[in-house]
Amino acid sequence: MRAKRLGARAALASLVAAVALAAWAAFAPLSLASRDELFTIPHGTWARRMAGDKVEILPSMIRLTLGLNDVLLLRNLDDVPQVFGPALVMPGQSFRLPFEVASTYSFACTAHASGQLQVVVDPTPAPGFSTLLWRLRRWTQ
Amino acid sequence: MSRAFAVLFFAACIASAVPAAALADGAAPHLKAGSFEPPRAAPDFVLAGSDGAPVQLSKLHGKVVLMSFGYTHCPAVCPTTLATLAAARRSLGKDAAAVQVVFVTVDPERDDAPRMKQYVAAFDPSFLGATGKPEALAAVRRSYGVVARKVPLGDSYGMDHSSSIFLIDRDGRLRGQMPYGRDARDFAHDVRLLLAS
Repeated sequence: MRAKRLGARAALASLVAAVALAAWAAFAPLSLASRDELFTIPHGTWARRMAGDKVEILPSMIRLTLGLNDVLLLRNLDDVPQVFGPALVMPGQSFRLPFEVASTYSFACTAHASGQLQVVVDPTPAPGFSTLLWRLRRWTQ
Repeated sequence: MSRAFAVLFFAACIASAVPAAALADGAAPHLKAGSFEPPRAAPDFVLAGSDGAPVQLSKLHGKVVLMSFGYTHCPAVCPTTLATLAAARRSLGKDAAAVQVVFVTVDPERDDAPRMKQYVAAFDPSFLGATGKPEALAAVRRSYGVVARKVPLGDSYGMDHSSSIFLIDRDGRLRGQMPYGRDARDFAHDVRLLLAS
């Protein structure tokens, strides 16, 4: 009888914890340590490409969120210039591209087979379901 | 037990309520364009200018240069870009004198200097067009990472080309690259930053 009561309490406690976590995930303000979404071309990438390696640094679609991670930061650590997204980035150089409007942006990018890089900038999620979904997407990335 | 959860819940809410701004760096304002760090010298070139004189980029030191690549038969992107740059320049008041817009053709077959002159002047008489031999223009494009290719259009052709606008500071350094479609206010903001730096 006592074990049954303890089990019920544990179940109730788990339920309360799950609801509290979901409420937190849906309503607690979102913040990230940095607004930069960083992509780096590592040293030796050009040499690997020349050797026949298919090196993909940038995905063909990048998803950003206004007010959270709305700056695309491309860093070339290789020792040759690289067309990186929309820009020609010199060795040791970075290209920092901020976004202020939610939209889908297409850039010519010779680094991709399609010749295109898409950057989807989502609006800042509203508290509630949108915030919950945003957190879930980050956690599952 | 539920009180403990409530305390934990509110503590988590308060902890996460630290505004992102507090975590962000408090550095000087950034360009609204994409910016290069560290900036490099903008690749120099000499092309035929729409005003009849050669256009040499390094001779424009002392001015902020806004440079775009396009062609006079462009149906949408180039007219929009040049109209935006003209609006940005107008909004700068007396600072406009320190800004030079350069429009480099990607279609030398059709864009000779007189045609470039007529075209750019329709947006702003101070704008400079630049044209030249295909090889010279291709070399300039390569040095800026600009792509352009001919696309057949019925009996004629169009040009697919990069649409970003390059921002070059008064010392001739390539500081930024504004994606197509940005507002004239964004250009004015960045020009003011470059003039002040």
